[in-house]
Parts: sequence; C-alpha cells; structure tokens
Amino acid sequence: MDLDAAYRLLREFWVVWMMILFFAIVFWAYRPKNKKRFEDAARIPFKDDQ
Amino acid sequence: MSAVAAAAGATAVPVQYDEETIKKFAIATVFWGVVGFLVGVVIAWQLAFPLLNLDLEWTTFGRLRPVHTSAVIFAFGGNALFATSLYVVQRTSRAPLFGGRAMGSFLFWGYQAVIVMAAVGYVFGISQGKEYAEPEWYVDLWLTIVWVAYLVAFVGTLMRRQEPHIYVANWFYLAFIVTIAMLHIVNNLAIPVSVFGTKSYIVWAGVQDALTQWWYGHNAVGFFLTAGFLGMMYYFIPKQAERPVYSYRLSIVHFWTLIFLYIWAGPHHLHYTALPDWAQTLGMIFSVMLWMPSWGGMINGVMTLSGAWDKLRTDPVLRFLVVSVAFYGMSTFEGPLMSIKAVNALSHFTDWTIGHVHSGALGWVAFISFGAMYYLFPKLWKRERLYSLRLVTYHFWISTIGIVLYITAMWISGIMQGLMWRAFDQLGYLQYSFIETVEAMHPYYVIRAIGGVLFLLGSLIMVYNLIRTVRGDIRTEAAFARPIGALGAAE
Repeated sequence: MDLDAAYRLLREFWVVWMMILFFAIVFWAYRPKNKKRFEDAARIPFKDDQ
Repeated sequence: MSAVAAAAGATAVPVQYDEETIKKFAIATVFWGVVGFLVGVVIAWQLAFPLLNLDLEWTTFGRLRPVHTSAVIFAFGGNALFATSLYVVQRTSRAPLFGGRAMGSFLFWGYQAVIVMAAVGYVFGISQGKEYAEPEWYVDLWLTIVWVAYLVAFVGTLMRRQEPHIYVANWFYLAFIVTIAMLHIVNNLAIPVSVFGTKSYIVWAGVQDALTQWWYGHNAVGFFLTAGFLGMMYYFIPKQAERPVYSYRLSIVHFWTLIFLYIWAGPHHLHYTALPDWAQTLGMIFSVMLWMPSWGGMINGVMTLSGAWDKLRTDPVLRFLVVSVAFYGMSTFEGPLMSIKAVNALSHFTDWTIGHVHSGALGWVAFISFGAMYYLFPKLWKRERLYSLRLVTYHFWISTIGIVLYITAMWISGIMQGLMWRAFDQLGYLQYSFIETVEAMHPYYVIRAIGGVLFLLGSLIMVYNLIRTVRGDIRTEAAFARPIGALGAAE
C-alpha cells in the first residue's frame, strides 16, 4: 500500500479520528492531575485587579 | 505552574492597557445599537402598515431590512465584540494591545468605514443579494484587510501575555475571529464586472452557491453571534459576580464541542431543496448534537452564581448577564428542534424563524452586550459606579417585556402561518390563499412592533444612563445603596 492509498483509507474514517481527538480532549480536561491547574486558570480574570 | 502564577501576581507591574480604543468601540456599540433597533422598529411597522414604505425606493422594506440586520449584527454586535475582545485579551494576558494606539485607531475607523459603506450601499440598492453577506466586493475587500489586522492585534497581544495559560474567553474570541475570516473570504469570492463598477458575480453556481451561503450564514450565527459572545460570558459573568466560572473544565469541553460540531450545521437551511438528501440529514444531525454545547454553556454561565443567587436580586447588571444565558439556552434549544426536517417542514419560511432569531439576538446577544457595556463604562471612564442602577432595572424589565411580546407574537403567527399554508379541504385543494394568511398575521405584526418599540425604549434609557455615567454623575438611590445581604434582613 503506497502513501496515497493509505491516505485515502484513513480519510474514509475521519469521523472516528475526530471522535478520538475529542475524547482525548475530554480526558485531558477531566484528568484528576489537571484539576489544580484549571482551577488556577479560572482565577486569571481576577489577577489584573490593582 | 501555580507558583509561577502566584509569583506573577505578587510582582504585578502596572500594565499600560490601551483603553482609548475600547472606549471608542464601546460608544460605537451603543450608538449602532440604537440605530439598528430603530430601523428594526421602522420595518416592523412597515410590515404591519405597508403605507409606511412611503413609495420611495430607498425606504422600502427590501432596502431597509439589510440595513437593520447588518446594523444590529455587524455594527452593534461587531463593535461589542471588538470592544470586549480587545479589553478581555489585554486584561487576561496582562499585556498592552499589540500595535498600540495606531492599531486601535485603524481597527476602529476601518470597521466603522465598513459599516457606513455597507449601509449606504443597501439604501441605494447595491447588494449582492446574499443574506448577511449583502455588501459588494469593494466592501468585502476592505473588511478582509481590517479583519486580518484584528487577528494580528489579537494574536500579537496573546503572544505578549504574562500568563502561561490562555484564558478560555480568549479561545472563544480567537475561534470567532479565525472562523469569520474563513467564512467571509469563501462566501464572497466574486468577480467584479468592472473596476469602477459596484456589480460583481459570485463564483459559485446553483446549489453549491446555496450551500456555501448557508455554510457562511449559519456559522455567522455560530461563530459571530455565539462563540464571540460566549467569550464575553466567560469574562464578564465571573467579573460581575466576583467569583470564578462554575467549572473551567466544563468550559474546555464546551469550547471543543462547539468547535467540532457547529461548522456542519449549515445545510439545515436547505431542507427539501436541490441539496442532496444525505447533506440535509447531516446538517440536521449535527444541529441536534449542538444541544451539547448549548447545555454546557448554559450550565456554566448560570451555575457561576451558585451560592450567590442573592446577587441576582441586588445587581441588575448581573441580571442582564445571567438572563442572557437563559435566553441562550432557550434559543439554542429551539434551533436544533427547528432543524429537524419534520419540524422544519412547518417552520421554514414562516415568522417562527424570525421569532427564533430574535429570542437569540435580543435575549442573548443584546442582553449580554448590555451587561458588558454596563460593566465597561464605569471601568473605562474610572467612575465609582453607574449613574443609576434603578435605570438599569427599568431597562431590564422594559426590554424583557418587549422580547416576550416579540417572540410570543412570532411563535403564534409563525405556526399559524405554517398550518394555514399546508391546510387542505376535502377535495384536496389548498384551503387558504396567500393573502388570507397575511391578513391573519396582521394583529401579531402590530404586537411584534410594540415589542420592538419597548426594546428600543429600554436602549434609550441605557444611553441616558451611560451618558450621565461618563459625565461622572451619581444618582442617590437608597434601595440599591444597601450592602448586599443586608437587603433581605431589612425587608
């Protein structure tokens, strides 16, 4: 299978790749390790107060 | 990570934010808002009483309608997005605007030129006839230049940020800027007939043109009127409520769900047309899936007040912001419903669509912009607070009653209209002629116009309040002067 044929085959399943990417983002967002990091990020708007 | 952030917070150096540009955009937001609402009221009365077309070509409904839609979407909404995005990106990056005052002035005057050129063209009959993309090629080219400068200013400011993380509001704003650039360029690929003439022909033909137009049109709703204003929600609701957003993690999922799904929803504008059936179904399914970001955003916005619900009673500015999210939830629930083919068969081409658009435009887009302007004006002009919170309350209730009159009138007249169009008698003939449906809608057109007048009246109260705020006046108001929390005890 040459590169072009592989590309065609992969393209057929674009919905699957997009779903995997999306669920990876959800996993990243809700991973317990990242909890503290995102709680800090939520406080960014309050840092410019003098 | 948190140590870095804490250190940055501790050694905060005052940043020279460019607020002159934001001030100009904020004034333009309010000005074009009133103009857009006024034209809307005029054309609403024209529909009820056609005599008001005045028998002049420049004042007919057909010419004034794009003036109304462009004025409220691109002039009012667009200036609100410029004002808030450039404010939020500077504040959450703790960095001055990239390009400085020159960039700010170019963006402001460049964008106002787009608005004026477009509006003047409509009145004189210069239009390429694509809904929400009516301006001809020369305006499109100029807007492209302004928009690229906007992207450079926004990304440049982000790149100077003192914060390792880019705050979620900026993600929404950036998605809005990038996607609008793409939509605008592809949908306006046109060849001018002559160098000095205004007329051009679009390169797309037939159903491709229709699909490109609604890919543009629906994503103008999705990225201009939704993503951009969600950026506003994620900054101004936490700031006004003085508490961080309910769930930052939900905001990430909210953002990516919106991005992955919205771009596919356009074909639902072309149900039962020459567009291939599978493409219609695809558009419908992606539209229905949009219920996910709809609920994600609504939960996140409203639940930010969790534990501080009393603020809704005491702070009318916050009330504008939170009620806008409720309207966001309502209109983005209705939208997917209307994209279902069986429902669309009834609703398409009726006033139900107009009612749906206005529950989103008046309830969501305008209300969150009003909330943001009430927040920004005292901040930008360094005033202690708004001139009058009582007037904000009046604005809120008068406008809300206006919206309710508007959308209920359009629901009733739209569904009635759809049912009358499809009614058959025993012999299989259509039961009603077209003019009978128009006649039946007349009272609802009048109610809608009254709703519009109330909405305009509310905005004029806001103008008065903001002018007094800029002048530095403060109205003594006992009821609102009491500290939050003391209100319940005192009553």
